[in-house]
Amino acid sequence: MHSGEITIENITKIEGSAGLSVKIEDGKVTDLKFLIKDYRRFYTQAVKGKPLIAVPSFLSRICGTCSIAHLLCAIEALEKSQNISPSEQTMKLRRLAYDGLMIRDHALHLYFFVLPDLLGIDSILDIPEDHDNFGHQLLHDSFEIKKVGSDLTTAIAGAIIHAPLPTIGGFLKTPDETLFPQLISQLEGIRGLVLRGIEAFASTNDQLVRNSDYLALRNDSNYDFLVGDVINSSGKRISEENYHAFMNSVIIPYSQAEGYVFSDTKEDYLVGALARVNLNKDLINKRTSNDAEKYLRIFPSNNVYHNNLAQAIEILNCVDDAVEILNTIHIVPEKIISSAPTAGIGVGVIEAPRGTLYHKVEVDAKGLVSDYDVIVPTAQNQINIENDLKKYFQENLSKEKDVLRLEAEKIIRAYDPCMSCATNFLKIEWIEE
Amino acid sequence: MTNTKKLVIGWFSFTCCEDSTILLTEMLNEHLSDWVKKIEFRYFKALKSDNSIVDLDVAFVEGAISSPSQEAELKKIRENSKYLVAIGSCAVTGQPSSCRNSLVPEEINYKISWYLSHFDYSKNVQKIEDFVKVDDMVSGCPMESKHFLEVVTKYLTLFNIN
Repeated sequence: MHSGEITIENITKIEGSAGLSVKIEDGKVTDLKFLIKDYRRFYTQAVKGKPLIAVPSFLSRICGTCSIAHLLCAIEALEKSQNISPSEQTMKLRRLAYDGLMIRDHALHLYFFVLPDLLGIDSILDIPEDHDNFGHQLLHDSFEIKKVGSDLTTAIAGAIIHAPLPTIGGFLKTPDETLFPQLISQLEGIRGLVLRGIEAFASTNDQLVRNSDYLALRNDSNYDFLVGDVINSSGKRISEENYHAFMNSVIIPYSQAEGYVFSDTKEDYLVGALARVNLNKDLINKRTSNDAEKYLRIFPSNNVYHNNLAQAIEILNCVDDAVEILNTIHIVPEKIISSAPTAGIGVGVIEAPRGTLYHKVEVDAKGLVSDYDVIVPTAQNQINIENDLKKYFQENLSKEKDVLRLEAEKIIRAYDPCMSCATNFLKIEWIEE
Repeated sequence: MTNTKKLVIGWFSFTCCEDSTILLTEMLNEHLSDWVKKIEFRYFKALKSDNSIVDLDVAFVEGAISSPSQEAELKKIRENSKYLVAIGSCAVTGQPSSCRNSLVPEEINYKISWYLSHFDYSKNVQKIEDFVKVDDMVSGCPMESKHFLEVVTKYLTLFNIN
């Protein structure tokens, strides 16, 4: 394609609404816009004035698929604002609920959104009812994998979406320990299926390599989504509280969400499973490392399609991590830790399925929220996605328009973007470029 | 003679967190094998790229309406559907997606104003029934899955699909 325009009104098989428009003139990409189209709900404004106890469940409504991530990130920020340190048992239970989220959420993305690309079909709805068909086998694997993730989260947190049990200072109800043997057996039962998935998602020949910088949470003792410092591939390491200073927001006039670059270099960066495995693969669960060793050797990788493989490996990591915890934890009755409201500021940073998530709260002396800020993974990836697409189009202009469209969608899909998240907060500091 | 008629449905999302879509993808773990025999998913953006809004038997709509373009899209869906079901709290009540309706003027800072003026936001976020006739409602945040299954069964029966 030498000159012309490519417009995708609605990118499909992603979470939420986004589009793409590309202008090509005389063999050059002259304009490319990745458009986040969900309408904003201004939740971080609406939360102001609310009592702090009401905040986590309200903000879990930012996103349907990763609501547990927003719930736990808000709880962390609020606990820190009130100087509350959750118990060891609470942290283990949160970790279990989160393993369940990662298993279900990654499996949804990989098997329902990405698998059709791998099979060369439009949709999982087109997979034939044939037990010998490879696509049929993987699809039915995914039903079991997703169900186990959901069962785990439900057993610990009460539901997979907008979970009712996790709260500031603990759990409103501790889980029924008699369910654990069954959960362990279910988790062991899907290991083989998860390994088959890893092999399948490693089989792609798709490649888009750009020298991206990566950012993720790191806890030096284990592969942790909830606790750690923020690190990047340039070797910087900062505490969660300083995360905001790490980046500048950039207005993207045609998008309903801001983008982000590093504050010092002004360079774009990538967050998500690829960043986590690139930066933390030495911390992956030992059992996972043994069984997925061949695939872990692929990392660190600069191929954005390997975000899919990284997610598949993380599913196994979460299965093995959950089995370890369930085998060793003994639930004791615990009271929720609470204290009289006090004025304070708290920051929560966790790894959501799609990358690093930041919540910051300011609470007044009456325990009411006076300010709130959220930075989500998809907003951080937005500029990286555009720059990847510019490189892709510039290098592939000889291809047919239909191929360009399909491959552009596949690149965007590899990021597992979530538009619901990207459009439902409002930045505190807005730096006009 | 075998009845080959399938229930032709569309699944649509407006302003919300799409939690009912996510819940539906979980329900597919158990129901997809049966539903593909009885249901044609003619519009389901989360699962396919070949989508159409023509001649739907039932449109399932989640989310609230934030803009004139969403309103026009909703009316187009209604015109092309025999029945329309509002799905989840935002579609049924507007809440919580409509929380911006209650922001007082001093809370509409320049950042919010920028977004409201650069995109086609309506003055208020509204529920589905404010714009079109709604035949059934499945409330909940996310939708109540048992009630949703009852509604699916109701329409399968109505269209004589077993």
